[in-house]
Amino acid sequence: MKKLILATAALALSAGMSLAQTVRMGTEGAYPPYNFINDKGEVDGFERELGDELCKRAGLTCEWVTNDWDSIIPNLVSGNYDTIIAGMSVTPERDEVIDFTHEYVPASPSAYVALSDGVDLKGGVIAAQTGTIQANYVANSGATLVEFATADETIAAVRNGEADAVLADKDYLAPIVAESNGELKFVGDDVAIGGGVGMGIRESDQELREKFNKAIDSMKADGSLNALLKKWFGEKALLW
Amino acid sequence: MFSFCSDPESLSALPWFSCYLTTGKHMAFYWSFGTVLLLLAITAPVALAFGFAGASAARSHFPPLRWLGKGYIAIVRGVPDIAFFLFFVIALDQGFEYIRHKIKCPDWDQPIRQGNDFIVCPEAKLPLSTSPQIWHEIYGFSLAILTFALVYGAFSANVLYGAMRAVPRAQIETAEAYGMSRRQTFWRILVPQMWVYALPGLGNLWMVLIKATPLLFLLGVEDIVYWARELGGAKMAKFSSYPHPDWRMWYFLALLIFYLGFTRLSEIVLERITRRLSRGQATLAGEAQRKAAA
Repeated sequence: MKKLILATAALALSAGMSLAQTVRMGTEGAYPPYNFINDKGEVDGFERELGDELCKRAGLTCEWVTNDWDSIIPNLVSGNYDTIIAGMSVTPERDEVIDFTHEYVPASPSAYVALSDGVDLKGGVIAAQTGTIQANYVANSGATLVEFATADETIAAVRNGEADAVLADKDYLAPIVAESNGELKFVGDDVAIGGGVGMGIRESDQELREKFNKAIDSMKADGSLNALLKKWFGEKALLW
Repeated sequence: MFSFCSDPESLSALPWFSCYLTTGKHMAFYWSFGTVLLLLAITAPVALAFGFAGASAARSHFPPLRWLGKGYIAIVRGVPDIAFFLFFVIALDQGFEYIRHKIKCPDWDQPIRQGNDFIVCPEAKLPLSTSPQIWHEIYGFSLAILTFALVYGAFSANVLYGAMRAVPRAQIETAEAYGMSRRQTFWRILVPQMWVYALPGLGNLWMVLIKATPLLFLLGVEDIVYWARELGGAKMAKFSSYPHPDWRMWYFLALLIFYLGFTRLSEIVLERITRRLSRGQATLAGEAQRKAAA
């Protein structure tokens, strides 16, 4: 009798588990306001809020996982998590390896930040995060590229003089410049590189991609995505 | 943590720091010290076991076993650690999943390799994607232990192999003269005496292992170096209640003190073990102990 109860309990448990699909959301956790680790040690930011809402709309149970930016694509294709939601711009090179959902942040410009005006952006030393569209752009621009594993280190490199300027997403740089008390400033013109930001999904996982596409479209339609963009990127954020 | 922490901006330095150093994020940082120590505590004996097996195999009189032992030592010692951690672990993980896939989903008709993707049936995933995050961490941690043990096992196999050959031939000859079998000679004469020769080499390996733990983050285990970098990075008031400039230097200084303290402690313990093992040995240190006692 005892065994029977145990067996039914186990069966009920396993049946319950297979009902809700668990989707593991891979992010970097070091790129505010897109994603970062808050004081409590949890993943927070625009993409946390967006991802949770998308999962709710798509009827999925989601779990958040952090991974180094450097190995974020290899770990997706080998199945350690199911999506990349880490401020990743859609580019043709990445699209060859993985697939992207519809974009949830419109194509926004990148910008240079330096300690002072008059920095040589075409021939100086420019910092960028490894494996980003900005690193690619700097390498082709004629400037000397220095790469760092995290975006935070690129800013530190400019502050301590290791690099003349940093090239990164303007959305990422804006709060840093605003809080630097005039130490850091935008220099040169904004640069338009890459497309908008979408979620990365394995090419073989079209079903999941469709679910997230539908959820993103519905958030675009009812204006809730725009509200989120305004909340995290400020009133001047590019909207849909 | 404390009740006065609700509004950190109004605090003076001392309470501010007591709040700052007890945030959930810092707690995770303190826990990661435990993770590292646990990893070392499990890896060291497992690696030693691997090393002992490897060394015994390498001096076996049965050729295939000898080739296996020597091959293990030669291959693992020759491959860079980081290559092991990037390639071997992914291959190991996919190997496990492939075997489970073959057993659990015999009638799965799609290919496992689809372009860049490695696809096994959901039941074969390890751990199941439905299982809580803690299991994923435990799995990553176990893979880390296995990899560390395999790599450091090869080095310790070489050390033990040398130590076994360093035991004076006269000791073995005496055992044979007493009519001990090969197995008896190995366990009763060779093994008890070889440790004193192995200890300097094993001590070195232990020191290197202590400092190799940052490789853990390659496997998704958040270790002390990851947290020091994350916590030390500049924080903005917009995204944290405790904004501060780049403090990585201070966090890494703390790590430096931890590592120095830990290696110093290891040195003291190793010194004691050496003294204990030299007792009654046919070595200089053993001879000195005998004379001092007499």
